[in-house]
Amino acid sequence: MAGIWVYAEHKDGKLKSTAAQLLTGARTLAETLSEEVVAVLLGSGVEAMAAPLGPLGADKVLVADAQPLGQYLTEPYCHVLTTLMKERQPSIFLGPASSIGKDLFPRVAARLQTGLASDCTGIGLTENKDLKLKRPVYAGKAFIEVVISGRPAMASIRPNTLTPKPADSSKTALSEKISVSIPPEAFRVKLKEVVKGKSEKVDLTEASIIVSGGRAMQNSENYKILWDLASAFGEGATVGASRAAVDSSYASHDMQVGQTGKVVNPNLYIACGISGAIQHLAGMRTSKVIVAINKDPEAPIFQKADFGIVGDLFKLVPALIEEIKKIKAHD
Amino acid sequence: MNIVVCMKQVPDTETKIRLKEGNGGIQTDGVKWIINPYCEFAVEEALRIRERNGGQGTVTLVCMGPDRAVESIRTALAMGVDKAIHLNDPLFEGSDNFGVAKILARAIQTIPHDIILCGKQAVDDDASQVPQILAEQLNIPHVMVVEKMEVDVANKKVTTSRRIEGGAKEVLEVPLPAVFGADKGMNEPRYASLPGIMKAKSKEVKKVTAADLGLKPEEIGVAAAKVKIQAYSLPPERQAGKKIEGGDPAQVAHELAKWLREEARVI
Repeated sequence: MAGIWVYAEHKDGKLKSTAAQLLTGARTLAETLSEEVVAVLLGSGVEAMAAPLGPLGADKVLVADAQPLGQYLTEPYCHVLTTLMKERQPSIFLGPASSIGKDLFPRVAARLQTGLASDCTGIGLTENKDLKLKRPVYAGKAFIEVVISGRPAMASIRPNTLTPKPADSSKTALSEKISVSIPPEAFRVKLKEVVKGKSEKVDLTEASIIVSGGRAMQNSENYKILWDLASAFGEGATVGASRAAVDSSYASHDMQVGQTGKVVNPNLYIACGISGAIQHLAGMRTSKVIVAINKDPEAPIFQKADFGIVGDLFKLVPALIEEIKKIKAHD
Repeated sequence: MNIVVCMKQVPDTETKIRLKEGNGGIQTDGVKWIINPYCEFAVEEALRIRERNGGQGTVTLVCMGPDRAVESIRTALAMGVDKAIHLNDPLFEGSDNFGVAKILARAIQTIPHDIILCGKQAVDDDASQVPQILAEQLNIPHVMVVEKMEVDVANKKVTTSRRIEGGAKEVLEVPLPAVFGADKGMNEPRYASLPGIMKAKSKEVKKVTAADLGLKPEEIGVAAAKVKIQAYSLPPERQAGKKIEGGDPAQVAHELAKWLREEARVI
């Protein structure tokens, strides 16, 4: 049994930022375990993405490039991954806790009869060299440390948890093409349509900057200034909402941050008119920097904010958009 | 149409989490227990599917949990669920996701099932694994983060929409039986009516143990866990930082932008 495998996710022909993050984590483990780091690339027309994985930390890339893998479907992907893993017996498998990762990896783990820790925010090894993980529970109100002694030990890692090392262009990876054969019964679920989102923005769980609005936004139209601020920050920024705002129909359900919404982990979280209920704080407390803008100086959000502004968000947000635009124009 | 709903009882989302001394998990005294919010959407959807189907079919609740879970089971029965299986055995305690799915799968195999509805995740351990593992163990498809289901009873299939990333959605056609993981926004769960509460008292709640399912102690619980919990901890408290009150918005915004750039270094 050998090899630390990383699931290299991609979108629109580009590797996602999680690929570099996970390869960095895998390299650290590989040094202690003296094992090779293997990136796995599944999809259709994905071969060109194999080469960049070497400089990011992969010793080897397994490329399963086949037309039926062009659109993600659980069971064909599960079949290809589990077949490969049964054949080659990696000791550790790391993947992103993304939309695909959350759907796929539990099923893969079940088929391999092994353990999977989901949405982890810390990764290491025990003295016995078993995989040890830290993961939030109760939406981050507490953490558990878990150990998986079976093989392969599987974990999905929350995006933005691991800081990627810059690519080392002197490193290359050996690329191996996998022949793919999927039984017809794996296609019992049929994809009829993909309905694009309104925003086409990065997902909240993967965003590096989130501008979030609460009940003080007053209506859905007012969210435009938050979208404008996110646009000023550029790629990797998007807009979230509190449960109060979603329940008042100011924002859609998929924008909700908190215990019954999405748990997010951006570098910057700007809470606009959000008071800071326990269940909301639970969903964004691991943000690296929190900025709060609120009229109420007593709002609990200020106790968690690195930068708090007591004031009117409808005046401050437009002013901030201008400031960010100025900074970006100089970059 | 036979619908099975898997339900978990969890602490209310407003609960402040405290730890027991000596790594024993979270303190449960004083905790208000509720139906996991995502499971509540699953219960509601099951009832609506039956209503749309002219009241045909049975909705059976399957709930694993200790004695206290009975209260949540009764709530679901009062909402309109027909009967319940309460998987209650000290041997079940400490099971990981794989173990829980195994116990649920054994129980579900004993009853007719066309649609299995679960919450997409429980808001206590947040793993979001049991529905997929359950589907794999039953060798049937699963669809997670489901926001809409249209059931074609005659052809035994469901057209369903699930949320993926960035606000996008996938529309899938799924042959039954299959497992569905309900997301928020799928429906507005009803409140139990007074007649519903009265009726619930006479509905069947069948207690089922490991022995009833033919499961041996070493197959479930802590002993069989593939993912073993070593320690619990609380997150470090965040400290409040700078705070500005009042002032000219343009000036304050300038200060914030400068701070984000030069001190926080996030832009």
